[in-house]
Amino acid sequence: MTTVHIPFMQTGTLAVGGRLLDLEERSVQSQADRPSSLTKGHRACQGCAEALAARWVMDTAVEESGGKLIVANATGCLEVFSTLYPESAWKPPWIHSLFANAAAVATGIASALRAQGRDDVRVLAQGGDGGTVDIGLAAVSGMFERNDDVLYVCYDNQGYMNTGVQRSSATPPTARTATTPAVGKAPGAPYGQGKSMPKIAMAHEIPYVATATVADLRDLESKVRTAMSMHGARYLHVLVPCPVGWGTSAAQSIALSRAAVESGIFPVLEARDGEIVATHPIRERVDVEEYLRPQARFAHLFKPGGEEGLERWRALAEANIRRFRLTEATP
Amino acid sequence: MREVLEGSQAVAMAVARCRPGVVCAYPISPQTHIVEALSRMSRTGELTDCEYVNVESEFSAMSVSIGSSAAGSRTYTATASQGLLYMAEAVYNAAGMGLPIVMTVANRAIGAPINIWNDHSDSMAMRDAGWLQLFAMDNQEAADLHVIAFAVAEELGMPAMVCMDGFVLTHASDVVDVPSAEDIDAFLPPFRPLQSLDVENPATIGTMAGPESFTETKYLQHMRFLDAADVIASWSARFAERFGREAGGLVARFDPDTLDRSATAPPAKWDDVTVIAMGSVLGTLQAAIEPMRAAGAHVRLVGISAFRPFPTQALRDAVGASRNIVVVDRALELGAQGVLTSCVGGALVGTGSRIHSVVAGLGGRPILASSLTAVIQRAIDGDLRRLEFLDLKEGGVPAPSLGATEVSR
Ligand SMILES: Cc1ncc(C[n+]2csc(CCOP(=O)(O)OP(=O)(O)O)c2C)c(N)n1
Ligand code: SF4
Ligand SMILES: [Mg+2]
Repeated sequence: MTTVHIPFMQTGTLAVGGRLLDLEERSVQSQADRPSSLTKGHRACQGCAEALAARWVMDTAVEESGGKLIVANATGCLEVFSTLYPESAWKPPWIHSLFANAAAVATGIASALRAQGRDDVRVLAQGGDGGTVDIGLAAVSGMFERNDDVLYVCYDNQGYMNTGVQRSSATPPTARTATTPAVGKAPGAPYGQGKSMPKIAMAHEIPYVATATVADLRDLESKVRTAMSMHGARYLHVLVPCPVGWGTSAAQSIALSRAAVESGIFPVLEARDGEIVATHPIRERVDVEEYLRPQARFAHLFKPGGEEGLERWRALAEANIRRFRLTEATP
Repeated sequence: MREVLEGSQAVAMAVARCRPGVVCAYPISPQTHIVEALSRMSRTGELTDCEYVNVESEFSAMSVSIGSSAAGSRTYTATASQGLLYMAEAVYNAAGMGLPIVMTVANRAIGAPINIWNDHSDSMAMRDAGWLQLFAMDNQEAADLHVIAFAVAEELGMPAMVCMDGFVLTHASDVVDVPSAEDIDAFLPPFRPLQSLDVENPATIGTMAGPESFTETKYLQHMRFLDAADVIASWSARFAERFGREAGGLVARFDPDTLDRSATAPPAKWDDVTVIAMGSVLGTLQAAIEPMRAAGAHVRLVGISAFRPFPTQALRDAVGASRNIVVVDRALELGAQGVLTSCVGGALVGTGSRIHSVVAGLGGRPILASSLTAVIQRAIDGDLRRLEFLDLKEGGVPAPSLGATEVSR
């Protein structure tokens, strides 16, 4: 049996729920009367970071809206594990329509609220990377371009997990999925594919774009707060490790998220009106191997012939660090 | 007020006077004039407390409509042809979720070959989507049907398509009396959604249903669909009472001699040929049959006003004892017959009727009264085949002159 070492931070922003912080600095999750918008009884796998992130996002958004939040959800794991009739794990008013249309359904809700003069009620849309980056991109882009008053949250687990871990256009090169098997001359997902949704969102020059991970839930929470304090189209992209799809143990989701950030693989940033205004500086830089090795989907990179792939990952991390100045502190 | 209006303008005015909260559409011929007019009204103030949303596709138009209807606003959209197919997934979804969206379908052919002109292939492709389908025979009825459609859809919690022939109605000017806003306010109850996204009473809408509950869900949807026939009939009767003219209903009956529309016209008799059709071709059929009747021919006309739910009983009642049936069909069930013919066949099963399918006016081919007269005469004479294509050009169409043929040599 392998032992996984989980450091437990007693104080500071990384403390679990911030229970040791002053009252006003504590997270929503540390409050006895937290909204629990995504409540118990859902069927997410153990260690599912999508479920964890959704809970934090939703509770924060519910609190920021004074309990007046309506949610539109795309088809995907998050929808399937939470709403198998006749049960529902959602406390806020929540609608699921289709895989590709969460952004447009949210626009419809926001339009109706405007027509009804209900400016007190807020709208959030959410989906997986497939529902956002691939099949739902046109609707998301349309919602951005019209600057509709919707916060859209993408939970990026880098594949179509709900249908059995197939490749999406957010799947990174070399990753093994059910449709990019780790066999043949170029195992895993091909190079040169995949798109960066945060960059696409920024190109729309919408009021707010941010990325976050479940390694820093307080940061995720504060980004939801910032987003909720604004109006217009806002986009939040959260990296959410999926133990099933990534081939990891349930206990590794947080550590992997941290390694993704600290290696430079996943830049954590905030942008306003298309301009990056803050990046999360790498605290203790780690090699990409720390992120890649625990994941079975990258196992072939650590076998003979995998060196080139590893080097390309290192180059990607370098490029991110350079492009987003991840080793420099930003204001 | 009676005025000369283009069909699209009349529909836009009627829709605006129904006070929708959200109008969301994507342009496609021949629907464009309707949504252009509504977007203008949303700016001029003729359409108040209404959000007009321009979207990037029909798929999003229907999805926005799903969101706004679920959030409790009366919602309207319009499309045609390729647009209706592009939104197909969301069309089914709106019905499954019981959202009473009203959508005009400016009926148009489906490509390939791409063709912008009128037939009924588009709405027929959505016949099992769970939407009511109400067909207009002229522009007056097109305008009136929208008022009825909102009333029926919202009472049932079920979306409704108002189908009007593209160009033939949408772009034709006619004298129309668009119901006034005051009259519509008095007739159409305010929208009270059966279920909505409400922060005071949170609900989960659109859950996943497994094998243990899916059949029951569909069964209930089916039963509701059957109820719809009575609800359509009842709102149409109330409309006739209030506005003094017939619109909607399940089937349209026509006076045997004047060929005017008449709810009290007697059923057809055993020695009548009954012609069944829907949409604007009913007008051409009125013109074709009237002189035949005057000359003593035994012909009757029946219109299908509600194609969905299919008005089985009302149709059997109108057809009466007649067993020689001609269906003028604007859409083709490839390899079989006209789509409407199949439905008529299902409704008349067990009556021993001879049912002839006359496929007419595909992709905007004009349907000439003289051609219809000839076909009906052959039905009377007993030499009409089971399936015929009206005015089919024997020998086909000319071969393409350049490109394809040159290259393939
Ligand atoms: C139009 C359509 N195509 C395909 C599917 C099948 N499907 C359902 S969920 C899903 C993948 C979801 O992936 P993602 O959005 O990344 O969410 P995840 O499950 O990974 O959280 C697919 C392909 C569908 N439901 N609808
Ligand atoms: S498959 Fe992955 S994303 Fe889906 S519930 Fe399981 S862990 Fe979460
Ligand atoms: Mg995914």
